[in-house]
Amino acid sequence: MFLQIKDLHKNFWTRQGELVVLKNITMDIHQGEFVCALGASGSGKSTLLRQIAGLDQPTSGEVRIEGRRIVGPGPDRGMVFQHYTLYPWMNVQANTEFGLKLQGVPRQVRREQASYYLSVVGLTQFARALPRELSGGMKQRVAIARALASEPKILLMDEPFGALDVHTKEAMHEFMLDLWQRTKITVFMITHDVEEAVFLSGRIYALGSRPGTIRKEMVINLPHRDHTVKRQAIFHDYRDELMDLMRKHGQEALAAVA
Amino acid sequence: MNSPHPIQSLVKPRVIKPTVFWRLAEDIPSTLSSTLILVSVLFPLVTWWAITTFGQVDPKFLPSPQQVIEAGVRLGRSGDLLRDTVASLWRVGVGFAWAALISIPIGVLMGSFASIRALLEPLFGLMRYMPAPAFIPLLILYLGIGEEPKITLIFIGVFFFNSLMVMDTVKFVPKELIEATYMLGGTRWDTLGQVILPHVVPGIIDACRINLAAAWQLVIVAELIAATDGLGRRISVAGRFLRTDEIFVCLIVIGMIGLLMDLGFQALLRSTCRWASQRR
Repeated sequence: MFLQIKDLHKNFWTRQGELVVLKNITMDIHQGEFVCALGASGSGKSTLLRQIAGLDQPTSGEVRIEGRRIVGPGPDRGMVFQHYTLYPWMNVQANTEFGLKLQGVPRQVRREQASYYLSVVGLTQFARALPRELSGGMKQRVAIARALASEPKILLMDEPFGALDVHTKEAMHEFMLDLWQRTKITVFMITHDVEEAVFLSGRIYALGSRPGTIRKEMVINLPHRDHTVKRQAIFHDYRDELMDLMRKHGQEALAAVA
Repeated sequence: MNSPHPIQSLVKPRVIKPTVFWRLAEDIPSTLSSTLILVSVLFPLVTWWAITTFGQVDPKFLPSPQQVIEAGVRLGRSGDLLRDTVASLWRVGVGFAWAALISIPIGVLMGSFASIRALLEPLFGLMRYMPAPAFIPLLILYLGIGEEPKITLIFIGVFFFNSLMVMDTVKFVPKELIEATYMLGGTRWDTLGQVILPHVVPGIIDACRINLAAAWQLVIVAELIAATDGLGRRISVAGRFLRTDEIFVCLIVIGMIGLLMDLGFQALLRSTCRWASQRR
């Protein structure tokens, strides 16, 4: 098993007492898979990703990558955050190189490596630009190139396209699929966007809210992955099933609050 | 659906009329802008000139612009003005440099580590509210009337404020930027030196700019009370002998130097931190 999450629980202490954020999460992700965790707000999906990243420690249970238990953050897991996390004073090239620089990779090697991944994300001509000169979609592509430059075992993505407009988002979806097919990298992405999850993933874990639990695991078998598939019945079937599932849980959650 | 009240019939229709002068948080045309700047400079000068020319004011009370210029030339020729300016600048330079040198690292550490913040913030927060000039009698008692008490006064007046202001700029470093650095393989030390520090450079320059203004005021206060030279001392002597024109000369020099220091810091900010230029 490549990435293994076993009996993970996460509780937070609040003024109202103990809050169960994640309950009984068990997941297995195989090498080369593209897996999405799909959930509404309150499903603890960001918290889940933070446990995998090692930015936070589970209350109980564990996360293992290639059998090794994760105890802290590290460059073997490439992370793409929802908000833009480029270093504003570094140009695109320096941003992409930065992880390698931190890991002590010689200048020439990291320069070539960063240039290669910038070409992979199609931003070679923007190598000298500052982040603030880039559009939102381009910033996320730099963030992806920066994560990939360290050649991590897995790419963790925290709603990476959530802040983008619909058209940029669609372009990024196709870009992401193309990238995944070319690099054969394992991707674990969290999102609340059902269509995004269906279009990109080979497998989806649908999470319920308060506490975050796995409601359903769904394997997605689309005949092909390009934008035309979104018009086909099979795509709609997956989407509707997940939508219904989320709607049901959404209503339960509302009822619970009322 | 029926709401309890027919709101549209209860309220008057409202439109915001277009305006040029009263635009809120918006730019005004550049011609209007430069006109207003000119007015703000010329109006006080013209008023001053008019009052002293037509108002029959005692020059001991309010000297005319011409008299102030003459006094300035006189002080400039004798070398007194230059000597006093250099003395004041030197004190500010030494006091401020020491304060900045120590307060910047301490402020960065306070902003970065909650532990160091807990250790120092209560004390610094308290010290900040003790007006530095109130320390003058103590400083004279401890350090005499030489350069030491004046430099120490500037140090006290700058150090606590600058530490806390630098600390605040560190708090504005996005948490995600720090976490992204960890995910890229950075240690805490890397993160502090290569991410937090460059991120707060503009904030540090800005804090120093504001506190240098405070230091410049403090040196004059210190010299007013006890000194043998300096612009503050010159004002105090001129006051004793009713040389109002010399007071004006010194005030204008003090203001101009302050303005130049401020512009210098702004230029430094622009040239070193172009990435941050849109933020301010």
